[in-house]
Amino acid sequence: MTGWVARPGRWVVWAVVAFFFVNLAGVVLSVVVDSFGVQWFGTWLPDGFTTHWYADAWREFGLSDVLLTTAIVALVVIAVSVAVGVPAAYALARRKFPGKRLVMLLFVLPILIPPITYGIPLATVLYKFHLAGSMTGVILANLVPSVPFVVLTMTPFIEQIDPKIEAAARMSGARTLSVFTRILGPLLLPGILAASILVLVRTVGMFELTFLTAGPDSTTLVVALYNSVFAAGIRANQSVDAMATIYTGSMVLLLVVALRFVNPTQLVTRIREET
Amino acid sequence: MTTAAPARPALRHRLAERGIDRVLLLLVPGLLVTACLFLYPFLYGLQLSFAPRQGGVFANYARFFGDPYLRDTIWTTLGIALPATFINVLASIPIAYVLRGRVRGKRLLTTILVVPITLGTVLTAQGLIMYGGQSGWLNKVLTVLGITDEPLPLIHNYTGVLLSLVITGFPFSFLLTLSYLSGIDPSLEKAAATLGANWTQRFRRITLPLLAPGLAITFCLSFVMAFSVFPSAQLVGDPANETRVISIAAYHAAFEEYDYSMGSAVAMIMAVLMLIVIGLVMAWRGTLYRGATGGKG
Repeated sequence: MTGWVARPGRWVVWAVVAFFFVNLAGVVLSVVVDSFGVQWFGTWLPDGFTTHWYADAWREFGLSDVLLTTAIVALVVIAVSVAVGVPAAYALARRKFPGKRLVMLLFVLPILIPPITYGIPLATVLYKFHLAGSMTGVILANLVPSVPFVVLTMTPFIEQIDPKIEAAARMSGARTLSVFTRILGPLLLPGILAASILVLVRTVGMFELTFLTAGPDSTTLVVALYNSVFAAGIRANQSVDAMATIYTGSMVLLLVVALRFVNPTQLVTRIREET
Repeated sequence: MTTAAPARPALRHRLAERGIDRVLLLLVPGLLVTACLFLYPFLYGLQLSFAPRQGGVFANYARFFGDPYLRDTIWTTLGIALPATFINVLASIPIAYVLRGRVRGKRLLTTILVVPITLGTVLTAQGLIMYGGQSGWLNKVLTVLGITDEPLPLIHNYTGVLLSLVITGFPFSFLLTLSYLSGIDPSLEKAAATLGANWTQRFRRITLPLLAPGLAITFCLSFVMAFSVFPSAQLVGDPANETRVISIAAYHAAFEEYDYSMGSAVAMIMAVLMLIVIGLVMAWRGTLYRGATGGKG
């Protein structure tokens, strides 16, 4: 904290951050203000304010259905990727075995390759099995990045749990299943919760995969939003903005909840925070 | 890969010694899901890309590289994704460096920086179109202040897509950089300071070398995000010309012309490009020092 004046570099950094925030706020506020505006042509502010675009957006885009679909997709994806990913993470955290690097590579690749790249072949395969366009297809597609994500975030979580605790439980005669439900489960709960929330954020926000595999009845919020922009000629810009505001509002809510449970920087490296 | 049926106890023990035991069965569901939903479609797509509608095995690839309208999407994509990634990664270093220590309002600032991750491409695009448009606030302010005479063309072109990628990508790379930076023991820098190293020397000789492996990862992950610029290139860009990125070409082939074979071929080219860039970065990372503090990940 000493020598603020002596460090012009800091001031430059803060100025850049402030500039970024001001413009970011401008971008976000433009949308929010417009979503409440009666009409807005070239003036500083709209002619008047109203909330009817929200009602319009809700009706026009069938938002209740869309939100329901989004919720179901997200919950199923979370449930499956936790159920499948946590045991895999456990095995990776506890065992060294030949071919482990290959297994890790298989889990890293879906995260390292952009969704649209594997999304196109995946959609083709789903079409072949008549799964594309259905909710199952959307769920399956969203599992591709989510399962590896859970595996990769849970592995360091499990590594830091002392194996002696499990050994003790086993010594007392606990079987694998009860070790999992009675010992590891409670210890892993914060990690699982954090991973679930992040999977939730990712799934709700995952545009490409859902876009490539969704049909009329299985559209999630992001895709509905994108489609509404593309049909912009028909829809009022304000109701698109209203929907974008609803979308971002719910995402921010999810993220703020997530941040209460997990320090975002700790997902990458485990650090001892000095407090 | 997993447990072989134990023929005799000795084999089972020998396997267990090498780390192969029943615990590995826990990997099976995860591997199955990834194999069925990622590996199989990918290989299917690869095979499909060699089975074009017409022509020989390599007809799709020949068409892609023969047609400038398709071939140039590679340069367009790299021309957008690489600068965006560089901006995001380079900008996040000083900001993370300042925010790493105990700064007042650190938690709030980090939260504000993280929240844009949730904005989503559509809100960003809509916002950019309104904020940066001809009669948007930005151009209004610039005109009022007398900085420009006529509105700057910021949207429906290259700049628009770049701005959108910076807005959505910066928080992400900042977060990664911040966490790698926080993983570096501050006492190392203090030690260097005691030995009389000034700010620049400390950064160049201590922090940067330790941070570099993490930066390589940050670069790769940010590049992955920027590389598939599909929605923003459509919405704030000029998807027919200046920002016709490779993902648009792939989507166009697969879902507008219903030529899945060609679509898969373009997707495979994308994957190869992606892996080349990541491979180069990781090869460079391999030459770096990976010590006890910054090497993880």
